[in-house]
Amino acid sequence: MSANDLLGLAGIVPLLPLVGAVVLMLGGRRIGQPRAGWLATGLMVVAFAWSVVLLAALLSLPPDARSHASVIFTWLPADQLRVNVGFLADPLSVTWCLLVTGVGSLIHLYAIGYMRGDPNFPRFFAYFNLFAGSMLVLVLANNYLFTFLGWEGVGLCSYLLISYWFERNTAALGGKKAFIYNRVGDFGFMLAMFLLIAKFGTLDYGATGHAAAHASGSVTTAVALLLFLGCVGKSAQIPLFPWLTDAMEGPTPVSALIHAATMVTAGVFLVCRAHPFFDASPAASTVVAWIGASTALLAGTMAVLQPDIKRVLAYSTISQLGYMFLALGAHAYTAAIFLVLAHAFYKGCLFLGAGSVIHGNDENQDMRTMGRLRALLPITSAGMIVAWLAIAGVPPFAGFWAKDAVLEGAYLNHDYGVWVLGVLATVMTGLYMTRLVFLTFFGNERFGAAPATAAAGTEPAATEAAVGATEPGVEAELGYDPDYFPTVVYGEPPRAPRLHGHEPHESPWLMTVPIALLAALAVVGGLLNVPLKGWTWLDQWLAPVFRDVVQPSAESFRGAAALSAVAFGLGALGILAAYLAYRRGLPDPAVDPLGERLGPAAPVLGHAYYYDDTISDAVDGPVRAGADFLDRDVDQAVIDGAVNGTARVVRDAAVGLRHVQSGFVRRYAVGIALGTAAVLLFLLAYAGR
Amino acid sequence: MSDFPILTAIIATPLIGAVVVMLIPARRPELVKAAGYAFTAATLGLTCWLLANFSTKNVFFQFVENRPWFPGLGSRYIVGVDGISLFMVVATALLIPVGLVASERYPTERPRSFTAWFLLLEFSLLGIFLSLDLIMFFVFWEILLVPMYFLIQGWGHERRQYAALKFFLFTAAGSALMLACTLILGFLHESSTGVLTFDYRVLAAWSFHGLAGTTETLLFLGFMAAFAIKIPLVPVHTWLPDAHTEAPTAGSVVLAGVIIKMGAYGFLRFSFELFPHASVDLAPLLLTLGVIGILYGAIVAAMQKNLKRIIAYSSIAHMGFVVVGIFSLTLLGLDGAVFTMLSHPLTTGALFLLVGMLYERRHTYDLADYGGIWRSAPVLTGLFLLAMFAGIGLPGLSGFIGEFLSLAGTFVSRRPWAIAGAAGVIFAAVYMLWAFQRAFMGKPSESTLSLRDVSVREVAVVAPLLILSLFLGLYPRAAIDRVEPSLKRSIVNLELKTNFHEKRPHGYAKTALPPGVTADQSIRLGLGNP
Repeated sequence: MSANDLLGLAGIVPLLPLVGAVVLMLGGRRIGQPRAGWLATGLMVVAFAWSVVLLAALLSLPPDARSHASVIFTWLPADQLRVNVGFLADPLSVTWCLLVTGVGSLIHLYAIGYMRGDPNFPRFFAYFNLFAGSMLVLVLANNYLFTFLGWEGVGLCSYLLISYWFERNTAALGGKKAFIYNRVGDFGFMLAMFLLIAKFGTLDYGATGHAAAHASGSVTTAVALLLFLGCVGKSAQIPLFPWLTDAMEGPTPVSALIHAATMVTAGVFLVCRAHPFFDASPAASTVVAWIGASTALLAGTMAVLQPDIKRVLAYSTISQLGYMFLALGAHAYTAAIFLVLAHAFYKGCLFLGAGSVIHGNDENQDMRTMGRLRALLPITSAGMIVAWLAIAGVPPFAGFWAKDAVLEGAYLNHDYGVWVLGVLATVMTGLYMTRLVFLTFFGNERFGAAPATAAAGTEPAATEAAVGATEPGVEAELGYDPDYFPTVVYGEPPRAPRLHGHEPHESPWLMTVPIALLAALAVVGGLLNVPLKGWTWLDQWLAPVFRDVVQPSAESFRGAAALSAVAFGLGALGILAAYLAYRRGLPDPAVDPLGERLGPAAPVLGHAYYYDDTISDAVDGPVRAGADFLDRDVDQAVIDGAVNGTARVVRDAAVGLRHVQSGFVRRYAVGIALGTAAVLLFLLAYAGR
Repeated sequence: MSDFPILTAIIATPLIGAVVVMLIPARRPELVKAAGYAFTAATLGLTCWLLANFSTKNVFFQFVENRPWFPGLGSRYIVGVDGISLFMVVATALLIPVGLVASERYPTERPRSFTAWFLLLEFSLLGIFLSLDLIMFFVFWEILLVPMYFLIQGWGHERRQYAALKFFLFTAAGSALMLACTLILGFLHESSTGVLTFDYRVLAAWSFHGLAGTTETLLFLGFMAAFAIKIPLVPVHTWLPDAHTEAPTAGSVVLAGVIIKMGAYGFLRFSFELFPHASVDLAPLLLTLGVIGILYGAIVAAMQKNLKRIIAYSSIAHMGFVVVGIFSLTLLGLDGAVFTMLSHPLTTGALFLLVGMLYERRHTYDLADYGGIWRSAPVLTGLFLLAMFAGIGLPGLSGFIGEFLSLAGTFVSRRPWAIAGAAGVIFAAVYMLWAFQRAFMGKPSESTLSLRDVSVREVAVVAPLLILSLFLGLYPRAAIDRVEPSLKRSIVNLELKTNFHEKRPHGYAKTALPPGVTADQSIRLGLGNP
């Protein structure tokens, strides 16, 4: 079999998990637990193996020939538009295949442990496989519309998995919010496709890419910005980011796989895939860079005071995605992809670690009532500490190299403003990540005793939970307590620890092995693209995809080293600040030392600049009132009122004809029949003239 | 086989069925049911045969029958099928038996007259979609009122009298104008050519040059009154939420599935060919009304507290996409409109069936009485999810294809309307997901906890619709290939009859008829010279 024959079978990669999803959806109950999880995981491993085969097949070809499109059938033939179900195997798509199936396999494995005992275990893995299949369709598609199929498919799975514990109100709301925010982005994606059809008559990646170079500036800018709106939704950038923190309502493996490692990077993928439009439009690229840089910095500041371990990581993900777009805006595509990979390793590890911590603390997510867990969760803590160093940009871990490449790209592209924002964001990264690690694993032990404030009974959520106490047995039946809302928001007093007479415990091997493996990848991931001659594997590998692009690259080693030093120095500053503030833990869980130091700025950061609150207030207030006005006053009162009013006038006028106006429609029917007959008779007479 | 009057057979089978059902003694309900199934199944079988033998080569009418019917009036019995009507016939023939099976348990009273009215409803719908004579079309259009009225009034819910009367009066008002315009058109043709005929093809070949501009516009508006009420366009839509909500499940399914398509069908079949100048000139008006329908329907749907009303208002939004697609006056848009007309019966039909199943269990449509159903009825919930996302327009399911093509076509010809309409995809997610959350998620109450999951029969009722929706979402060309030739003819005729030029995507050749079909033939809709 030649390499191209193998590449023609790229469709097998998404097909495997999709088959798994269908099998588990229909026969999951019969397959049972934990076999359903093993089936799903096994299919992912096979898909990973097949992705490796694709990788080998591509490598066996000369670099310029490393792109193979295979058409399965014509999906949508309307007018002269031909949209195929077709796959494009090239270094870009295969990179994402390896990421999705590789990291995905590990997280599937982890989920077998994490979801153990869940009564809907097979359904969870059906969704998980469906997600993986959709994501693989997204990246392997050879045209925009087929990518959009995967794009919406991952959105669907995200919705289903965030709302997985659907009896918990916050989970139901979180899923809906995610889908609707994404739909706002999809609006842009769809308009971009309409514009492509109108201007180029096709949605094929190859054809539109070639045409982009010759298209007018306004068209390329419009296409690029509309696509970017889709990316802003999917990758949770300003202004469509608030859904990602609420997405943390889903089980933690979901947060790791979908809302950190893979799905949220779909926006990055799309910009890479559509890069000819961004290359041709400096204006669009500038927008991308600035949105990315602002998101990186602002989301970083939002993370620093969050008490909830998962919410810190969620804001961190938004911030890291901002870095990726910052790089994309600077046309440093390879750097962005490098960061996608590195981020998947360390953020995957962090989320899985957080899941292990939460698991070990009986669903407590409040870091203020943790502390000193290092000895009790040795593997988890070791993994998370490694990942912390990686994300904070400490050499030689993966994050250092990747983030360095991103910032260097911005600097060399002369986007100095963007670079400044990006460098400032590294302070935040060091700050919030160090805070997280120290509050969780070091400092004083706080998981034992109930904190004073919570005991006083002033906590709204706690009282609510006490009032709505669930009848016994429900938790066993559902696998979770619908009255317990695990998310801790800023401003809430510390949660009482949930441990009942036992200490936090380390998780089973199913969960710790993936943590350890991802941590290992976070250590060595930098080797993918060390900026030394002959070591830039990723640059060389992706070069054919970005053949026509001039990516910023350093001319002198000394200049690059100086840039690295600045970035690392500022990151270290953040680490140091957090270390000083939290090295002893929290003497009083209700008082955050950093928050005290920040004074009046603290609530602003803690509430994420009140952005989400403002939107919620607007939706609950004026927006709802407006819709209500349309329903009650326009639709019911005016329009239907006019209808009923007319009917009333007619009825009143017909008082004299009361015997006709009998209200029996049967009589009307007779009347209409007679009337029709009369008309027909008239016509007959007319015709017979 | 080509001599077999297949279309007459399709129209007549349900009528014969209705008569047979009425002849069965009322104390033999099982025979009534059997007869109902037999005749609707036979109709469906004949329709499948039609579908299999429909030629994609012929852009005009196939299986045409032309017999004298009302010679004095110049009205003849003319039936024929083309790509525009084909799938309306299929949707009718599919939804009627589905509705009957869904009604097996509920409503329980008077199954004999219920079945008979239902068969009569099918008869009139098939007549509407297959008639090529304007008088015949009108007669079928009017007949439809009677069974639908009695179905709502006889087997509906609390406010059925009000809803049935409202439906009746609205429709009758619209059709009165249509009848007047039909007669005027026929008589004007007679006074101009000396031939009295209501053959739609003859009139279509004459009206575009035979009518004065103002007359054409007025006649267009007269027909539009009937069509707009049926679609329905805002602001003549208020009969629909009431009729849907009060109708029995099977009635809602057919109402949303097929009856509201009659208006869109009328525009495509009659307005385009009979009044081409007015269709082109007034397209911005209709586009605007379509976009208003998309947005208004969605926003008002979001505010409803009654599950059935939400789906009713969502139908207004979906029909907005159809109207927008039609009056984009592009081939892509027309493809999308007709595709939606096929897809919407499947998705909304499924939603109404599922909501009906909930009603059978709890006897309420009020969202406040539901919540947390997912735990007790996971299969029902799964089916609802699928139908819901098909309606929201998730790619891979049929709803997306229609919406996408409608908007894409509109974007090519009239960009601002397409952008406004595309916002509807956001709103659709809002009202549906919100409703889903309130009904299916959250903590169950005492009563929803004991809710029965769907039975095998109930799955069997809904599953065909959802499977077809999935099939059409993944393989839409099964429909598009059959529809498109006739739609090309519609576009070409507009261009031939007026100075209209279709806006084309960049690089696309002009929409053309297949080789061998002349412009003259196209204007005459395939009718030979007299």
